[in-house]
This record gives sequence, structure tokens and C-alpha cells, in this order.
Amino acid sequence: MQQGLTSEAGSVAGLNNFEATIGENLIDDAKISVRHADVFYGEKQAIFDTSLDIGRNQVIALIGPSGCGKSTFLRTLNRMNDTIADCRVSGSLTLDGEDIYDKKMDPVLLRARVGMVFQKPNPFPKSIYDNVAYGPRIHGLARSNAELDEIVITSLEKAGLFEEVKDRLTAPGTSLSGGQQQRLCIARTIAVSPEVILMDEPASALDPIATAIIEELIDELRENFTIAIVTHSMQQAARVSQRTAYFHLGHLVEVGETSRIFTNPRHQMTENYITGKFG
Amino acid sequence: MNNTEIVKQGLKKRYAREKRFQLYGKLAVLSGFVFLVILLFDITSKAWPAFSVTEILLEIPVDHESLGLSKDSEPNEEALSGINYAGLVKQAIRNVFPEVTKRQQKKLLYRLVSSGAEFEIKQMMGENTDLIGGEPVSVWVKADDDIDTYYKLETVTSRVKGEQVRFIEKLKAEGRIQTSFNIDFFTTSDSREPEQAGIRGALVGSFWTLLVTLLVSLPVGIAAAIYLEEFAPQNKITDFVEININNLAAVPSIVFGLLGLAVFISFFGLPRSAPLVGGLVLSLMTLPTIIISSRAAIKSVPPSLKEAALGLGASHMQTVFHHVLPQAMPGVLTGAIIGMAQALGETAPLLMIGMVAFIVDVPGGIFDSATVLPVQIFLWSDSPERAFTALTAATILVLLAFLTLMNALAIFLRNYFEKKR
Amino acid sequence: MSVSSLFLIVLGLGFIAFVVGQQRAAGYEGDTRLKSLPHHYGFLTAIWSSIPALILLLAWLSFEPVYLQKQIEQSLPVEALNQSEEVLELYMNNIHLAIQNNQAGDDEVVNNAVLHYQRSELHSRSLITALVFVLGLSGIIAGLSRLLFRLHARVSIEKVIKAFLMLCSGVAIVTTVGIVFSVLFEAIRFFEAVSVFDFIFGSSWSPQTSIRVDQVGSSGSFGAVPLFLGTMLISAIALIIAVPVGLMTAIYLSEYASARFRASAKPALEILAGIPTVVYGFFAALTVAPFIREVGESVGLSVASESALAAGIVMGVMIIPFVSSLSDDVISAVPQAMRDGSLGLGATRSETIKQVVIPAALPGIVGGVLLAASRAIGETMIVVMAAGLAANLTVNPLEAVTTVTVQIVTLLTGDQEFDSPKTLAAFALGLMLFISTLVLNVIALHIVRKYREHYE
Ligand SMILES: Nc1ncnc2c1ncn2[C@@H]1O[C@H](COP(=O)(O)OP(=O)(O)O)[C@@H](O)[C@H]1O
Ligand SMILES: [Mg+2]
Repeated sequence: MQQGLTSEAGSVAGLNNFEATIGENLIDDAKISVRHADVFYGEKQAIFDTSLDIGRNQVIALIGPSGCGKSTFLRTLNRMNDTIADCRVSGSLTLDGEDIYDKKMDPVLLRARVGMVFQKPNPFPKSIYDNVAYGPRIHGLARSNAELDEIVITSLEKAGLFEEVKDRLTAPGTSLSGGQQQRLCIARTIAVSPEVILMDEPASALDPIATAIIEELIDELRENFTIAIVTHSMQQAARVSQRTAYFHLGHLVEVGETSRIFTNPRHQMTENYITGKFG
Repeated sequence: MNNTEIVKQGLKKRYAREKRFQLYGKLAVLSGFVFLVILLFDITSKAWPAFSVTEILLEIPVDHESLGLSKDSEPNEEALSGINYAGLVKQAIRNVFPEVTKRQQKKLLYRLVSSGAEFEIKQMMGENTDLIGGEPVSVWVKADDDIDTYYKLETVTSRVKGEQVRFIEKLKAEGRIQTSFNIDFFTTSDSREPEQAGIRGALVGSFWTLLVTLLVSLPVGIAAAIYLEEFAPQNKITDFVEININNLAAVPSIVFGLLGLAVFISFFGLPRSAPLVGGLVLSLMTLPTIIISSRAAIKSVPPSLKEAALGLGASHMQTVFHHVLPQAMPGVLTGAIIGMAQALGETAPLLMIGMVAFIVDVPGGIFDSATVLPVQIFLWSDSPERAFTALTAATILVLLAFLTLMNALAIFLRNYFEKKR
Repeated sequence: MSVSSLFLIVLGLGFIAFVVGQQRAAGYEGDTRLKSLPHHYGFLTAIWSSIPALILLLAWLSFEPVYLQKQIEQSLPVEALNQSEEVLELYMNNIHLAIQNNQAGDDEVVNNAVLHYQRSELHSRSLITALVFVLGLSGIIAGLSRLLFRLHARVSIEKVIKAFLMLCSGVAIVTTVGIVFSVLFEAIRFFEAVSVFDFIFGSSWSPQTSIRVDQVGSSGSFGAVPLFLGTMLISAIALIIAVPVGLMTAIYLSEYASARFRASAKPALEILAGIPTVVYGFFAALTVAPFIREVGESVGLSVASESALAAGIVMGVMIIPFVSSLSDDVISAVPQAMRDGSLGLGATRSETIKQVVIPAALPGIVGGVLLAASRAIGETMIVVMAAGLAANLTVNPLEAVTTVTVQIVTLLTGDQEFDSPKTLAAFALGLMLFISTLVLNVIALHIVRKYREHYE
């Protein structure tokens, strides 16, 4: 339905030229570099020849109509799509110059370095404490209980949740409100001290107040982490990100400074999208 | 040391654990298969002797003197039944072994052939009276079950005496002993003598029992499913009915047997051991299966079809019977076949209502005493004779064959109609 | 009048009624149009004619044997009735035999009873024949009356059909009630002779020694603890096998195996569930038990030839597919997001399964295990064939134990009269069995449903 609408809108405007990405998709000293990436689900291609750099300690927002491949692109960055049987990725993707899809690149290690926060808060069926301690435990990051306690507390603090839950760390993670659950998931991700955090519409299931808290949090996290965030909300992209990338039907259409994209989009489709003509 | 290093260090161990876990999974799946294969192999290997039977060639003397008939008169029915057939058989055996004279040995000799041999001869004579007075007739008669087992499996059992082994060697040397397909296994009923026992009675008993089960549980099951799916109001009573159905599906089968005993036999005075009672008990057991699967089938009928019929002015009832039910029928039948397969393999409740009796006659209807295939298996498995073990295993194979057939039919039906959709 | 001819009468009258109703409707010439088609009126008349007659006939035939039995008893002289129960039972058997064979014997009392029976039967049959005719004909007469055309025949028929459908769905309740009452009544009669306390807490079970009525209770031989313990021992062995294997099978098939392997392996494993239990019993008794005994003896253990272990292992294998398909259901119900969350943190698949998926699915798995336990407790044929009759009070799996179901079968398959304390004991055991499995099922279904709702 959505897809039908968007493609129709695109063709009506006669704007279906996906020749090359417009704007500054490549930058110096990138944390993650993607070159000519194609992603397939079986026969179906979901990402077409996409090249994009993600800068260090920056927030990049990925926007675009539903079904355009934002999640797919995000999941290629930490090989989460390995879990989908018929998904294939080609092109060159590197993390600090190391090939993400190299045989020697271990997906477990990669995901410890490139964490992910999902659209729907998905706390484990465990206590709040154990949710945050989960990553450090499986990776063996803490040598003592005291150290683990410290990791959990700092992660909760960084996620801005500690004050709210400090008296009930043993309560189940699912007993929290939606917004708290999502911050718990962020704390869980931070606890592993990743270098990059991928967020797939982290606030879309939340109310405005919870959303505002998350946005604030993302801005703070930028200090220590590189962040890629998929969002449906223009305002959110404008508020939290430094750069913005616009996807359409699997093609990266335009990339640029967030302020520039929202004030002065160069591609007609980008303009249509951010002005709410479709999507 | 930074986190990446720490994670890297632990990786080897973690992957080893991952591998081990997967291995456990594979082993679990494998163990199920291995058990299945062992079970089927064990039963098949135990069963195969039952499908063949050892026979001994004897020349039965049929001259008037041996038969004890007078030469002058045509033999009538009475005279024929007065013949000492057992004696004839013994005489024929003695003729093969003229050297045996001691009483003790003769006894062993006579035990070579089945006690049913005289009846074979009797039947043969009754059908061919013109044989009388002629040359001795060559007949393959069945060997005794111990001899049969010994000959087929070539293992010495305590039940075959050394003397008999020598007899068998002689028979072998003269080409007087052979094995052939055991057709009687399918055409006769239970017997105390394994070489004469067959499953016809149990097969027919199973047929009658399943017939009752089907005739009761299918209409009632479909009716209940229709009501619950189409007409039942959303209320406590309906909930209660549903809870009941789900719980009944999990009540141990033996409890249904107790119900049958207390209600059908003690209270209503229906005959013990009859397929009627067995079928009724099994109906109550299979009813939940049929109701649940029929409901699923009815539910899967596209609502558009219903709406179309209703739109044409058909009443709800007409729509259900003319449009919904025919569409749901393949699913309903699939469920019914699976329910029948369950009923066919059920044993415990039938023990409660007396279908365990030793029954030689083939049941002629649903009021006659009968047994069924699985109960026959149970009965024979208890018998000490080794030959009964083979019969039991063979009966199991027959039962499994029927179950396979029924399930295959159910799968075929489902696939066929799914494609047609 | 034989039963089948009675049914034929009902059928015939119904057919006549159909023709009458349809013809009348077809020839109808009123001022308003008929609301239904002629054959609807035919069916309606047929229903009027045959349904009441049929219901009466069925009820009559159900209670006729009870009535006739009463008649026989009344015909017997007082001396005959005052005999001991066994003798009376034998007497009754003789009478029934004489009735069946329809031949006179030399016992005056029996002949008298037979005569009395035949007279009563004749009365009963004449009366029901008359009644069937009256009901059937009055249905036809109703069809001939003016009343017929005032009705919307189709609607009336549908009401009747709907009532029938409703009745059928009530069979489940009737069955449950039937089970409860039949087991409960006999059990209560048993508990009049043996105290509930002795039954539930007594540690000695030997019903064979208390054949005589006056011995019951005093000998205390109806202590069911050995049976309960034996049942639990064998069920525990079965679960120890079935739960890990079934669970790992489900995990492997749903989390690791390729779709193709899964599609062929699942039905193959389901075969195990489709094999009749009597086949497992045969296998357990003739193959597994001797094997275990041999193995045990080769390492110097003394193993009973009907060890609890053999029955337990085979029962465990039987419920593997049960556990695995239930676990499969609950594992598949765990949202993918949960797995993604764990994998996204860098957990391996087994870590994800062990620490996230299984804990999330735990309530459902527990429910499945409870259902499996109820299966194991109620399983009969395997234990009847492979476990013994020896009511040993032991938890040693290498010894022979007996179970509740084995004892029920043993107590009821001999040549017993229905009312002896031995048969009543079987019903008391049946009551225990029914209650315990019911409780397990209700709890399990409740847990599973709660679990499903949680991830809906
Ligand atoms: N697991 C999958 N298998 C097959 N196709 C998929 C799968 N996931 C996503 N797709 C397809 O890939 C395209 C991009 O999807 P996605 O990345 O989820 O879009 P977005 O996140 O931008 O809404 C869509 O057309 C979708 O249908
Ligand atoms: Mg998405």
C-alpha cells in the first residue's frame, strides 16, 4: 500500500532518476564507509548501489518513505541481516577500515562494536539489572560483581534511567513504561561500550514526552558514540542529527548537513518528502 | 585492555559452546529417528517368520480300509464325519518314518504336524469324496508351531527335542518340508495354536468398532462444530463447552473405558465385548479431535463466500449447510480420518469393556463378541509360545500399514483440495 | 416387535408424513402465498411425526434392560435372593443364558424367571409399539390440520436443526458429567468399605488377598501409595527422557534447521506420536526390558525383568513428539524482536536461545511439560505390558513397580462381578487418575493460554 503510493507519487512527478546520490555522501575520517552496496532478499533487491560515509561522533539520520530500505541499510552495518536466510550483501562496507563482510570479521565481535536499538522496545524477560548486565556477561567484560554493578549503573545513568529505577533493579524489565523500556534497551546497548549505535526508529512507539527524553539522550550520547538513526519524523531528524540521508525505493537520493537538507534540499524528491507531499 | 580485546579472547570458548549446543540439537533430532528406525526394524524382523508357514508333505491313505468305510455304499455325511482323521494323519507320518517304533518316539513324531492337520484333511475329503478308495493323496500339512519356528529360524529351542531335529533332517533330505506364504494369517481367527491363528476376527472386529465410532462421532462432531463455530452465543455456557472439549481431549483413555463399563454395560445393559460398546467409547474419545478439526475447517472457509450466500437471501442455516459445510468438508474429513486412526490404535479403554476375551468366531455384527487389532496384539504378546511373538509383530505391521494408509489418505485429501482451492 | 422393526415403523411413518405434508403444501390454494417451499412442509410434518417417537423409543430402549432385570429379581423366590452374592450372580448368569438360548432347563426357578422375563418383555414391547404408532400418527394428523400452513415451515425446521446442533455440542459436557459420576459413584461405594485415609496413605497394596467381602478394610490391603509412587517413578523417567530430547529437538528444528529439513523432519517425528501405545508396549516388554536387563547384569546390577526403567524409557520416547511440538509452538511464539535484541548485542545463537528465548518461552514450556506429565500418568498399555504387577514401594528404577493404570486394568479384566470391592477399587483409582490429570491439564492449559496472550 505504502509502496504503491510512493512509487506512484514519484512517477507522477517524473522524478525517477536514481542516477547518482546528490550531496556530500562521502566525508573524511569516516567511522563507517559504505561503497556501492547492493542488498538482496532472494531475487528482490532492496538497496541499490549505495555509497555513504558515517562520521565519527556524529549522528546521521536516515529518512525516507516506509519500505525504502532504511532498516535494511542499517542492518547491513552490523550484519544483523545474517539472521535472514536469503539476504545477500555486496559492495564494500568497512568499520574503521576493516571489512565488515570479511571472513575474518567475526559477527559477534562486530555486533559488540556496533550495537543496535530497535523500533519496538524489546527488553528481555529478566530483571532490569540483568537486562543491562546481559551484554557484559556474555562477553565477559566484568571481572567481578562490583565491576559489573558499576557497568550497569553507569549505563543506566548514561541512558538517563538510573534515577527512575534505582530502587527496583530486580523488577522485571517489562514492568517499565514504554519509554523507560526503550531507554533500558539503550542502556543495555551502551553497557557493551560499542563504538557505533544503530537505532531503528527508536521513538516511533513512544509518546511525545518519552520521545523528547530519548532525543535528548541521543544528543548526549554523541559525545562517546557514533550514531545512525532511522526516523520517520522530520522534526526528530532535524533535532538530533548532524547529517541526513534520504532514501527512496532502495536508492540513496541525497545526503548532506541536516540543516542544509531541511532548508535547501537539492533533489525534488527530497523536497517533496520533507515538505510532506508523500511518505 | 579494551573491550574488543576482551571479547576476542572469549570468542573461541563461546563458539565451542555454540557448536556443542547445536550438536545436542542434532543428537536430539537424531535420537528420535534412531529410535523410530530401531522400533520398526525390530518389529519387522520379529514379524517376518509369521508371514511364512512350514509345511510337511504327507501321503494320506484314502483306501476304504484306512478310512474305515465299507466299499459297497456311497459315503454319506455321517460316515465322513465318523472317520478318524487324526489317525489318518498319524498313519501317514508313520509311513514316512517306518523305522520309528518306540511309543515315546512316536509321540514326538506326531508332534511334528499341527493339531489342525486333521481338520485340513477332513475338509479336503468332504470336498472331494471321489478321492475315496484311490491312491494315497499327497498333502502339504502345516507343521507344529515349535517345528515351524525351529525350521524357519534354524535356532534350537528347548521346545524342539533332539529326536525331532533328526526327524526334520530326514524330512529335509526327502524334500518333504517347505515353507510357503501364510495365507491363514489373514483368513482365520484367533486360536490357541499359533500356526492356526490369524487376524481375520480382529480385523472384522476393528471394522465394526470403527464403523460405530465413525457413524456416531462424525455427525455429532460436525454438528457440534457447526454450532460452536456458527451459532453459539458468546457466553459462559459456550466457554464451558469449549473448556470441556479441550479437557476431554486430554483425559486418559482408560478413564473412558471406566465410563463405558459403568454406563454402557452396567447401567444400560449393553452386551460386553461388543463392537457397539467399543465404538461408543471410542466415539466419545475421538469426538474432541473431530470437533476441534471441524471447527478449524469451518473457520477457514472465506467469509466472502458466506456473505455472498447470505446476500442472495439464503438463511444462515441454509448458508451453513449448502455453502460453508461443503467447502469445509475436506478439512472435516481429514480430521475424521485422523480421529479414526487414533481410534484404530486405541487399546486401553477396550480392555475395560471386555473386548479382551479369547474369541474364535468372526463377529457378524456390532452386537457380537469381538476383539480388535490392537487388543489382539496385546493378547498375543502375552503368550509364551515363541511363534506368537512373530504373530504379534506381524499384526503390528498390519496395524501400522492401516494407520499409514489412513494418514496418507488424510494428507492426500488435504493436498488435493488445497490445490483445487 | 424387534428393535429394528420399531425403528422401521418410525421411519415409515416419517416418510408418510413427509409425503402428506409436501402434497398438501403443493396443492395449497389459500389467499396468501405460502412462506416456505412444499418440501419444507414435508420435512416439518416428518419431524413432527418421527422426532417425538424416536426420542421416546430411544429412552424406552435404554431403560428397558433395567426394568427387565428388576422383573427377573421380583420373580425369584425369597430363598434365592437370600443367597450369598456370588451364588446369586451365578444364578443370574444362568437365567440370562437361558433367556438367550430360549431353552427350558431343569431348574424350576430359572424356568419361571425366564417365563416372567419373556412376559415382561412382550408387555414392554407391545406398549412401546403402540406408543410409537400413536406419536407417529399424531404427527401426521397435525400435518393434516390447518395448523401446518400457519407456520413458516423453513424457520421451524431450522429451529429443530439448531436444537439438534446445540444438543450435539452438549455431548462433551454430558461425557464429562458421565465420567465424573460413573467414577465417583463407584468410588464412593468403595470408600464405604475402605477408608479414604487407608487408601491414600496405606503402603500395602494386595487386592488379591481380600477376595472375601468381610476381609476388606481389615486387612488394609488397599493402600495405594505403592501405585502412586510407581506411577510417579515411571512418569519421572519418561519426562527425564522426553523433556530434554523433545525440547532440544524443538529448538534445533525451529532455530537452526533449514526450512527444507524442518519440513521433512517434523512429520517424520510425528510418526512416533502416531504409533499406537500397544506397539510401544510390545517393544518395551520384548526388546527394551530384556536389553536393559542384559546390560545391567553385564555390569553386575540386578535388574528386574519388568523394570520401571524399560517402561519409563519407552514411554519417554513416545512423548518426545508431544513435548517437541508443544515446545515448538511456544518457541515460535517468542517474538523475533527478542532474538534480534540479543543478537544485536553480540550474543551467539545458543546464548540467545539459552538466555533469552527459553526464559521467554518458559511458561509455555512448563505448561507443555505438565501436559506431558498428565499423558505419562494416564498412559496405560506400555505399563500394562512392560511394568509389573508387583506393588513394590521403591524408587529404584531397576526394580519392578506397578502403576495406577496397570492396577485398574488388572482389577477389571479378570472374571469379576461388577460390585466386588476389587472392581470398585479400580474406580477409586480411576477417580484419582481423573482428578490428577484434570488438575494438571487445567493448570497447563491456563499457563499456556496466559503465555499466548502475553505475546499476542
Ligand atoms: N526479511 C525480508 N525478506 C524479504 N524482503 C524484505 C525483508 N525485509 C524487508 N524486505 C523488503 O525490503 C524492502 C525494504 O524494507 P525495509 O528495509 O524494512 O524498509 P524501511 O525500514 O525503510 O521501511 C521492502 O520492500 C521490504 O518489503
Ligand atoms: Mg524499517
